[in-house]
Amino acid sequence: MTALTAPSARGRSRPRNPNRPAWEEPPSAVGQSAKGLTLGTVVLLIVFPVYCVVLTSISTPGAINRAGGLVIVPDGITLDAYTTMLSDGPVRRALVVTFAITAVGTAISMVVSVLCAYGLSRSRSLGHRFLLLVLVVTMFVNGGLIPTFLVVSELGGYGKYWSLILPSAVSVFNILVLRSFYSSTAAELIDAARMDGANEWRILWSVVLPTSRAVTAVITLFYAVGYWNTFFNVMLYLPTDSQKWPLQYVLYEYVNLGMNMPGQVNSGFGVSGHSQTAPLSLQMAVVVLTLLPIAVVFPFMQKHFAKGMLTGAIKG
Amino acid sequence: MASTVAEQGEDEQGRSPQQQRHAGAEGGAEATGRGKAGKLTWRIRLRRDKSLILMTLPAVALLLVFNYLPMVGTITAFQYYDPLDGIGNSEWAGLANFRQLFGDPLFWHAMENTLYISAVQLVLFFPIPILLALLLNSVLNSRIRSVIQAITFLPHFYSWVLVVTLFQQMIGGAGLLNQFLRQHDAGTWDFMTNPHTFSLLVTSQVVWKDAGWGIIVFLAALSAIDQNLYEAAASDGAGRWRRMWHITLPGMRSVIVLMLVLRLGNALSVGFEQLLIQRYAVGHDAADVLDTFSFYYGIGTQNYSYGAAAGIFKSVISLLLIWGANKLAHRFGEDGLYRK
Repeated sequence: MTALTAPSARGRSRPRNPNRPAWEEPPSAVGQSAKGLTLGTVVLLIVFPVYCVVLTSISTPGAINRAGGLVIVPDGITLDAYTTMLSDGPVRRALVVTFAITAVGTAISMVVSVLCAYGLSRSRSLGHRFLLLVLVVTMFVNGGLIPTFLVVSELGGYGKYWSLILPSAVSVFNILVLRSFYSSTAAELIDAARMDGANEWRILWSVVLPTSRAVTAVITLFYAVGYWNTFFNVMLYLPTDSQKWPLQYVLYEYVNLGMNMPGQVNSGFGVSGHSQTAPLSLQMAVVVLTLLPIAVVFPFMQKHFAKGMLTGAIKG
Repeated sequence: MASTVAEQGEDEQGRSPQQQRHAGAEGGAEATGRGKAGKLTWRIRLRRDKSLILMTLPAVALLLVFNYLPMVGTITAFQYYDPLDGIGNSEWAGLANFRQLFGDPLFWHAMENTLYISAVQLVLFFPIPILLALLLNSVLNSRIRSVIQAITFLPHFYSWVLVVTLFQQMIGGAGLLNQFLRQHDAGTWDFMTNPHTFSLLVTSQVVWKDAGWGIIVFLAALSAIDQNLYEAAASDGAGRWRRMWHITLPGMRSVIVLMLVLRLGNALSVGFEQLLIQRYAVGHDAADVLDTFSFYYGIGTQNYSYGAAAGIFKSVISLLLIWGANKLAHRFGEDGLYRK
């Protein structure tokens, strides 16, 4: 009762929020502002570093000098860093490599995962429990780093691109999410297709896939982000072959560790040290490049996420 | 993941009438197609399901090669592995690698670091997504809520190199903070290379990257709480905090326990890539954990068997931890990762 009378007492100064349930007392001014401040700080902490990096990457050398490093207030704007970076050199090569790995890897992962998920989606099919067990065991038990490395190496994967793709091509978790969606595809639809003479492949392609676009999109993006972020496998299998490095490793070497970027005017000697590394705008441009596709793709992911991933993960 | 594993037991019973009809139709004459108990014989099921089985084969093959073969490969931990001889022909070592491992102060130091960083993360990281979820849930405007959620969510998809680089640019020796401090003659303060505060640095990176991701599960739990409970409590005179204590927290309990179980089960895995990337800056003394130990002393020094032994040790302890954490969850009357 108190809850219902409270609003009218204070409601004169501030109109009542229509979204607020009738029983809930409106927050105090202090509470409200503390909440706003906290959430505002959280958002700022996440957005601000990216803002600085993006701004610095498009700043002129003069602006960077005046700021003494990262630029916070726009001063002089230029796209020089990007044109330099994309015209030639290690970053452009890395970009091509990364796109190729992401495209090929995602395609392989998706084909394999969708097929497997559908193959396991029929609750009465022969051997599906055993096959599921084969999958699920790998979520809890694994051979570990060194044995995996040795197996891939003995198969001749060292120094080859496939070592960045095949060892991590299958995500059992993703397969289980897909499977739970395929299992819930209306049995009437599948039956109708079968009556029309469709075989399993046809049913998957023309009935199941079209009815589960959201989850397919989410899983595709998951795999793609994974390949785009490939880092450790590069360290394992291609650590010395700088010609083959994807973007993340280029970021690590030339920005994080501050190694000389080949083809830069200022490539002197020595390992790190400020004067010899690539100009700050160029370094920040590399950061932006690794970040950009994720930020671009993200809204799509977000859109499908609620209905795609969550329900799948929670339903199992 | 959790309920996936738990739910599989129910699959077999969920036989819809359509499927039964289908099974009967393709099985040909019903009398010949069925065994004693009225079930289809496996031959007929094989003929019916062969394309389904075929579909699973590429994934199963990849798992066999890249997951199961390495499990067999763990025998290298009991060998003096030599790349020239391969796994098949290397000399046997018995338990020598393990004996050496347990006598290695560097290994115990890595163990200590692992547990320490893990504990710091449990205390400082674990509650944050829960608090953020509560806060976000109380935002009434759904548009603002989803924008904030999207923003906090995004860093989860950044790579660790990217996250560490951003931190470096903000609070590293040449980063924004020190740039500011230098301009005001306030000295410098390099967080990225300070081994004493390294565990805090690592934890703050995890918070920055994954707190928003962690929110999702808790938000889902919050949205599943019956709103009528709140209304009833409010009309009984329960205030904001009492409602949170008596309705919200009990409603989130199983999810919190599940997350805690997962966290405890993974206590020995603390940000492998994350630490690997920063080992150079902060030094191995602060940054070596079990995973990086296995990497550096296994692959870096090419002492593969030694690294594999460290890996096995970690896997075994991790399995014990998952098992133990689940026992604990069951003790609290929760499902945990799998049901009893």
